[in-house]
Amino acid sequence: MKPNDVILQTVTKIVTFIILTFAIYLFLAGHHEPGGGFIGGLVIASALTLLYLAFDIETVREGLPVDFKVVAAVGVFIAVATGMGSILFDQPFLSQAFGYFNLPIFGKTELATAVLFDLGVALAVVGTGVTIILSISRDA
Amino acid sequence: MFERILLIALFFLTVSILVGLYRVIKGPSLPDRVVALDTIGINIIAGVAIFSILLNTHAFFDIILLIGILSFIGTISFSKFIERGYIIEYKRDC
Repeated sequence: MKPNDVILQTVTKIVTFIILTFAIYLFLAGHHEPGGGFIGGLVIASALTLLYLAFDIETVREGLPVDFKVVAAVGVFIAVATGMGSILFDQPFLSQAFGYFNLPIFGKTELATAVLFDLGVALAVVGTGVTIILSISRDA
Repeated sequence: MFERILLIALFFLTVSILVGLYRVIKGPSLPDRVVALDTIGINIIAGVAIFSILLNTHAFFDIILLIGILSFIGTISFSKFIERGYIIEYKRDC
């Protein structure tokens, strides 16, 4: 009998956007409120897991042609590169800087280089989590 | 007075979680246990909300949404495992 997942797939198409928006909020709120790169990456990985549950691996790979091992490697590279970047300014390894800038829309905004390190952490967490889930579920 | 009302609400939520735990342990079939675990997750969301009122902070609001998302995904994966026997398939047969 052919499986019929209309309700699950319709709900997934809506809920995935809500979960991804929540993940971006958690990622950006990590400086002043609870959140950060790790939990943001985990929520993105859970949204991708929901997509893999409702559809299948081939369909999601057509829509999102990304090798998640490469994503994890790029994340670790970004995290190390922000640490190396502080050496260029005669500072110790992994020292962070921040400043206040006048952006066109947002007005006076605080920009910190810790966000780049958090971006690396988030990408590493997404790549590792999705790689683990996919490699476990492969031979089902 | 208000704090006492919140504590009474927490007490009844605890009773509700215990009843759900009884269904998880004693439940005769697997779907009973899955539905009971989903109910316990929703009761935990309510408990976190009441605790964040009691502690007078808004630091736990993200946790409420996060428990909701994780409980939803967990219930879906459990029910897919019960229905089909696998959770993530490689290629849909349709």
